[in-house]
Amino acid sequence: MQRIGVFVCWCGSNIAGTVDVEKVSEALKNEPGVVFSTNYQYMCSQAGQDIIKDAIAEHKLTGIVVCSCSPRMHEATFRKTAAAAGLNSYMVEIANIREQCSWVHKDMQSGTEKAIILGKAAVAKVNLNAPLTPGESPVTKRALVIGGGIAGIQTALDIAEAGFPVDIVEKKPTIGGKMAQLDKTFPTLDCAACILTPKMVDVAQNDKIRIFSYSEVEEIGGFVGNFTVKIKKKARYVKEDVCTGCGICTEKCPQKKVPNEFNMGMDNRRAVYIPFAQAVPKVATIDPNYCTMLKTGKCGVCAKVCTAGAIDYTQKDEIIEEKYGAIVAATGFNPISMDKFDEFAYNQSKDVITSLEFERLTNAAGPTAGKLLRPSDGKHPHTIVFVQCVGSRCDACAEKGKEYCSKICCMYTAKHAMLTRDKYPDTDVYVFYIDVRTPGKAFDEFYRRAVEEYGVHYIKGMVGKVSPEGDKLMVRASDLLANKQLNIAADLVVLAAAIEPDKSARPLATMLTASMDTNDFFTEAHPKLRPVESPTAGVFLSGTCQGPKDIPETVSQASAAAAKVIGLLAKDKLMGNPCVAQSNELMCNGCSSCERVCPYGAITYADKEFRMPDRTVAIRRVAMVNEAVCQGCGACTVACPSGAMDLKGFATSQIIAEVDAICK
Amino acid sequence: MQKITCESLIEKACELIENGTVSRVIGWKKGEFDYDLTPAVFANADEIKKNFIYNDFSGANFSKYLIKETRKGEGKVLVFLKPCDTYSFNQLLTEHRFDREKVYAVGIPCEGMADIAKVKAAVGDGILKITSEGDELIVENLYGDVNKVKLADVLAERCVNCKSKKHTAYDELMGEDGEILDNNRFDEVEKLENMTEDERFAFWQNELSRCIRCNACRDVCPACTCEKCVFDNPKSGVENKAIADSFEEKMFHIIRAFHVAGRCTDCGECSRVCPQNIPLHLLNRKFIKDINTFYGEYQAGEVEGSRAPLVNYTEEDIEPNDAVKREE
Amino acid sequence: MQINNEFKPKIVAFCCNWCSYAGADLAGNNRLAYPECVNIIRVPCSCRVNPIFILRAFQRGADGVIICGCHPGDCHYTSGNYYTRRRMALLFSMLNYLGIEKERIRLEWVSAAEGAKFAATMNEFTEAVTALGENKRLEDLRCKK
Repeated sequence: MQRIGVFVCWCGSNIAGTVDVEKVSEALKNEPGVVFSTNYQYMCSQAGQDIIKDAIAEHKLTGIVVCSCSPRMHEATFRKTAAAAGLNSYMVEIANIREQCSWVHKDMQSGTEKAIILGKAAVAKVNLNAPLTPGESPVTKRALVIGGGIAGIQTALDIAEAGFPVDIVEKKPTIGGKMAQLDKTFPTLDCAACILTPKMVDVAQNDKIRIFSYSEVEEIGGFVGNFTVKIKKKARYVKEDVCTGCGICTEKCPQKKVPNEFNMGMDNRRAVYIPFAQAVPKVATIDPNYCTMLKTGKCGVCAKVCTAGAIDYTQKDEIIEEKYGAIVAATGFNPISMDKFDEFAYNQSKDVITSLEFERLTNAAGPTAGKLLRPSDGKHPHTIVFVQCVGSRCDACAEKGKEYCSKICCMYTAKHAMLTRDKYPDTDVYVFYIDVRTPGKAFDEFYRRAVEEYGVHYIKGMVGKVSPEGDKLMVRASDLLANKQLNIAADLVVLAAAIEPDKSARPLATMLTASMDTNDFFTEAHPKLRPVESPTAGVFLSGTCQGPKDIPETVSQASAAAAKVIGLLAKDKLMGNPCVAQSNELMCNGCSSCERVCPYGAITYADKEFRMPDRTVAIRRVAMVNEAVCQGCGACTVACPSGAMDLKGFATSQIIAEVDAICK
Repeated sequence: MQKITCESLIEKACELIENGTVSRVIGWKKGEFDYDLTPAVFANADEIKKNFIYNDFSGANFSKYLIKETRKGEGKVLVFLKPCDTYSFNQLLTEHRFDREKVYAVGIPCEGMADIAKVKAAVGDGILKITSEGDELIVENLYGDVNKVKLADVLAERCVNCKSKKHTAYDELMGEDGEILDNNRFDEVEKLENMTEDERFAFWQNELSRCIRCNACRDVCPACTCEKCVFDNPKSGVENKAIADSFEEKMFHIIRAFHVAGRCTDCGECSRVCPQNIPLHLLNRKFIKDINTFYGEYQAGEVEGSRAPLVNYTEEDIEPNDAVKREE
Repeated sequence: MQINNEFKPKIVAFCCNWCSYAGADLAGNNRLAYPECVNIIRVPCSCRVNPIFILRAFQRGADGVIICGCHPGDCHYTSGNYYTRRRMALLFSMLNYLGIEKERIRLEWVSAAEGAKFAATMNEFTEAVTALGENKRLEDLRCKK
């Protein structure tokens, strides 16, 4: 039997004005378990808290009920008070007689009656309370960053800077991501490589950072502070630690007809390749889909020319298992496929390109060595049409495209247009747009420069059709402001393709039990207040995997995610929320209903041996709750038909006791 | 088509037990009367030859027995499954309730089972013996009268509204498999839905007030397989057993139906065993009908591993207040 | 139906901790009045509300039960209220099928910002339940004094 103390607060006149506090404390004296009941002007004041502490000591209280303001206000205060007096903080219940009684009712008599009922419900509950202790779990002080683009790089560098080891898993042979493919960056027009490659070198040289390039995450188990991850290092058929990156093999390889993905397929590479000159790690990779030696067993040129002896045709995929305390998803984006956008003739003409392809065409390390030449005939284009929002801001019911704004297209198109006019003033540049969105520091100024200083023709309206005619591309479009149809004979058409999350994000989210929105962007724990955390504890979000964003925004978010990771890894132990689900093995059917409704993947199963009444042993599947992962929502408790699953702090018996007390 | 007879099942059971495929057989044996068969476990061929019975009253759904039986001893358990039983079988597998490896399931076709209440209604009480001949039952009574009644006229309600002659799981099939059937099983639910609130209350008051809380519906239900039932657990808040007024049974039956909602295969065992002839299947079918209407057609046990509607959701689900039409 | 002016119903309101309970607090902060007969039980999430609790309340003499949670899509636990929505849709429909007055049970999504909605909902619900009169169909006579 509990020994319960009841403390009724006047809250000055806030409660006492509508509720007869004396009567309340008197009435609750007679409730089962109550051995002490009093009232005081301000329970939350030092003097009020001392009354509680003294009563706990004097009356050997095992639980207390404070009839006061909302638990959202002072529950934490009174829990501390109880703990200071040696009582478990979870032996405290609050009856909310201010916000939910005195402030909303006018009549003293009925207000008092209600306060008594609320007090009785709290007493009934605390009678069934049990001391709770938050679970502790150790933290593995190592972070995993999945994705080696600018987001992953920045996050890893910041975490390493704070002294924690970090691993980056990148599925491509090099880190660098999309930013490595860009030419210049808005709004300052620094060259992407000039600001990115030093960071890539920093990553390579940082002894706290390991790079698993050409690798993928295979399996993720565990929970916050204690993840176990299996990483598949794909066979690159080159010994990473032996290869010097001299590149001789990439020049001698006889298989020359491999589309070069780094240049968006606009030129070719060899079957053995280093994606680009500043690749990190600077190690060759053999493409098994094209290598003659791997396919037919006949060739071996690269092995012959490699003076370091790094080529190894027998290399196998390797699985590495490592433990991590925190995981950051930085899986990035891709432009959507243009296959469904036939009206722009992307698949019919080589001279209709996406913006990312345009980046490669203007990049000094690109297929044309930075000269803006048409892919079809290598001639200099004199009229260029840029089409905005290709697949962005589409109708919800449209079969193609995305509903959202891809956010970066307005700015990079302004950049493309401006740079084109700067280098080739004889070129006419048209930009067709729905709206021009430039909400960023120095963004609108940048866009206006394109229009005002560089004379780019911005036309509000959409392009209806692009049709190749001879060596021209006939662009039919509408000018909404002038209210007329336009026909432009263009040499080059550039499509601002919408961006979408990388395809690897969805399976990764499943492995992480992290939630995603309908567009496959990772969902943040709170859209405003916890933007870099996933609802799954210990999983953080960096860069475009969470939503479209530009480089400055990506880098800020990457650093923010790093700060969250550092905050987590700095702890030696994690204290959990003790109000978590609890499964009674004896009653559990092992039916998996609870597991299916758990948003956190906190429930697992084990086959356990039980002695049956007839002394035989039976093996039964039973649910187990990982207290470090459970957030205490209680979805499982209702999904469970047998009632084996209960929630500490909000137990079935406690809620029923409250119901009974109210309905009595 | 291979005719399923008591003899052919005995033959199959003996064969499987003698060649070591299984070590035990779940089957039917004679109860007090020909029409009240009792589920039984047979451990050898002699027992099977002596006591195994299969006739028009072999309605019991054996899937549930597998939970306890597979936990005992070595070897596999042979179970005969009618098409409707295979749905429960699959549902139990979905819920990991028994080890599939320990079961040898033989699917048997079914033309429907007889309802003894309907037989009695047709030929009177005092039945001594019932035998089957073609599509007829030959009923002998205490007075030496012999009456004939067509099986089709005395089919159990669940068989009249049979949802499927197709087996959804088996290791071996005797005879040929049938098809999923069109049926009118929701007609009665609809009839109730179309009544006024007061009429519906009166209907259920009349039905449920007869409940004697014998728990037969729960004990036979292949979805009610909890290690410990909430109604037997003093901490659950619904444990009271005495029937002191009309509500007690309502609480029991609402919660029971809710606990099996989305998991109930509509096998009809609850109504079959109810000694008070309460149409309990009408509660379960209401949930099935609502689930189909609100969340799309779902048949529990049709596909092993399928996600039950109550442990699933979409962002566009119907609002509870709209699930009940506010105007009437 | 005859409306008894003397009749004061008993109403149990289950409120999720993160949205609706905070919404009720906001109603209090803004001094938005609603009837005394509404008694709130705090649960972490609306998905913690077991149909057993609701039936238990009716059995013990509650005249109305209302469940409040975060709006769909806003659940603190991401998906809890979606399960609530399915469970309650089926439960409400079943109670109606058994001939229980449908106005006795309701679900409303109330956010932490909707203090006014909370108060208005409670006023409206109390009015509807008062009009129905005492809960006879679901109560357990043994639980009455």
